[in-house]
Parts: sequence; C-alpha cells; structure tokens
Amino acid sequence: MARGGNTRKPPEVSSGSMADIAFLLLIFFLVTTTIANDKGIGMLLPPPPDPNQPEVDIKIPERNIFKILANSQDKLLVENEPYVGTMDELKQQVKEFILNFGNPGPEGVEVYNSLPPSLKAFVNQSGRKPESSDDPTAGNAIVSFKANRGTSYDLYINVLDAVTAAYNEVYAERVGITVDEWLTLDRDDEIQKDMYLRGRDGIPKAISIAEPD
Amino acid sequence: MAKFKKSAKTSQDIPTAALPDIIFMLLFFFMVVTVMRETDILVKQKLPRATQLTKIERKSLVSYIYIGEPKNTTLYGDEPKIQTNDVFVTEDDIIQFVNQEKDKLSEVERDQITMSMKVDTEVKMGIISDVQQQLRKANARKLLYSSIIRVDDN
Repeated sequence: MARGGNTRKPPEVSSGSMADIAFLLLIFFLVTTTIANDKGIGMLLPPPPDPNQPEVDIKIPERNIFKILANSQDKLLVENEPYVGTMDELKQQVKEFILNFGNPGPEGVEVYNSLPPSLKAFVNQSGRKPESSDDPTAGNAIVSFKANRGTSYDLYINVLDAVTAAYNEVYAERVGITVDEWLTLDRDDEIQKDMYLRGRDGIPKAISIAEPD
Repeated sequence: MAKFKKSAKTSQDIPTAALPDIIFMLLFFFMVVTVMRETDILVKQKLPRATQLTKIERKSLVSYIYIGEPKNTTLYGDEPKIQTNDVFVTEDDIIQFVNQEKDKLSEVERDQITMSMKVDTEVKMGIISDVQQQLRKANARKLLYSSIIRVDDN
C-alpha cells in the first residue's frame, strides 16, 4: 500500500519548457522557409512550323514593324539606327509606335475611339506619323526583337521588359489603373478578367522573337 | 501634499501563459507556408531583374528549366548547362522532359503547361534560343522568364 494515500497528487508533466520546444521548431521553419516568389515575364512562343504547310511569305510593310536588333557585343540597333538611349526611352519609343495610328483601318478607328482622352491626346501629340505603324490591331504593329546567339540574357530581359512595359502601360491606362495594378489583375475574378480583356481588346501584344543567327 | 499610495494588489508580471499558444500559431503558419525544395540546383542562379513581372496563376502547371554555369566547374566545366529536375540534360532531351511533365497533368490542362525559365544573367542567348526551339516543337509555348522585381529609381 502506498504511504500517505490521500495526499498523493496525480503526476504532472511539466509544461514549462513547451514554449522553448515550440520556439526551436519555429526557428527551424523560419530558417528553412523560402517563400515561393515565382514571378517573371510571361511570353508565348509561336506555334511550331507545320512541315505539311508551305511557308507563306506574308508581306508586312516596313512601317508596321518596329525592329530591335541586339548583337553579341550587347549593342542595340533600333529601327536601323544604333541605339544609345536608356531602356526607358526605348519603352517610350515602343509606346509611340504602338499608338501611332498613321493610317488606321476600320478596326483601328474603333480601337482609337475606345481610348481614354489621355491616350487620344498622346496619339495626336506624338503619333500620326505616316512612316510608323498603321494601327495597333493584329498584324499592323509588330515589335520584332532579334537577338544574336552571343547576346547576354541580361540585355534580352531588359529589352523584353521595356517592350512589355510599353504594352502594359497602354493597357493599364486604357482601363484607368496603374501598371502595378494591371500586373496583379487576377484572371479568375470575373470583374478583373473583364478589365483585363477590355485593356487588351484590339491591341494584341505583338512581340515577335526572331530566331537568332 | 497628496500621498500616492502604491497599490500593492496589481501584479507587475506579464502573464506568459498564452505564450506557447502564440508560438505554436506562428509555428503552424511557417509549417504551412514552407515548401521544401525538391530539386538540388546544380547551376548558378543569379536571376535577372525586371519590372513587368506577373505571377504564376497555377503552380501545378509550372515546370522549371534551369540554365546557368555549373556550380561545380571542375566536374562539369564552365559552359552553361541546362538542368531539369535533378540532372543536366542536352537540348534534345527537352522534348522528352516536357512530355514527362505533361503526363503528370490531366488531359485538359496539358496545353496550359507553363515553362519557367530560371536562367542566370551571365548566360548567352544561343543556348536559350535552342531550348525555346525545342519547347516550340514540344508544344509547350507558354514561357515565363523568371526574374526578380527591380524597383525603378526614377
């Protein structure tokens, strides 16, 4: 028989060090956590060439193509002229090219009429050049970017970023939001998806990445 | 003069009884958000910086291709290499890799597969365009050039 039977307490596990154990685990997970930060510039590659179909040579007038060439020394050739400006200026040039409306077709006129006043003013101020793109609809304003095999990936991304930025600025301004808001639009949400489609309507992102030589 | 009487009744201690609970809450948060890295990256990865970044919509649809100079240059040389999963591959293996990744997805999602290119900034465009040609052939046309946000200083 136990001694002093009724004064005995049930055995207790000391929980004082529980916080310490939890702390230890917490610190472990804090250190090992890499918050997934998968972000990047999206791109869509052209479909693979169909061997059964003969190559169709579509003639696109020179004025409708904005040519950017990069060589192996990381020097740029923009619209056949050596380029020395910053990426910001390049973005501006691309924007002017997209919103030139030099000789808009019926669809182009429709797109122009859908633009907000600020963008219309932009068109009338810096656009309407006959030697630049006709209108931003499909196939009428193409940004062609051709890199050399020796071009650095860094420059490639910078140029692609500038061109993408030009498009995104147009889209964002069209629906009246900032570029940052445009980039975080959630396409699963109906209202935001509608906004996304409205921004891009009639102005497809026509960036052509040519095969390097 | 008024005499301030020290109230002896209130205790000065902060109750710490709820501390383990708070810590546990934090612990669970970090346990949930933690993603253990499943692949060992064998190439240098200094990602480029860009401003126009978009988020990946569905993580399950994404496969990764790592390109860069091998970390272990004595073993693999210092030419940029392509890594998928845990191994180095050549351009010709890309199609096979894409098909493997597509097999993991359900039939309706196969066309939406997104390839995330994690490319080191030092790499030249030649190898990247070779990979892109292969991706075109494999019909994995959605690309994402993985990069880090750059804050413009203007």
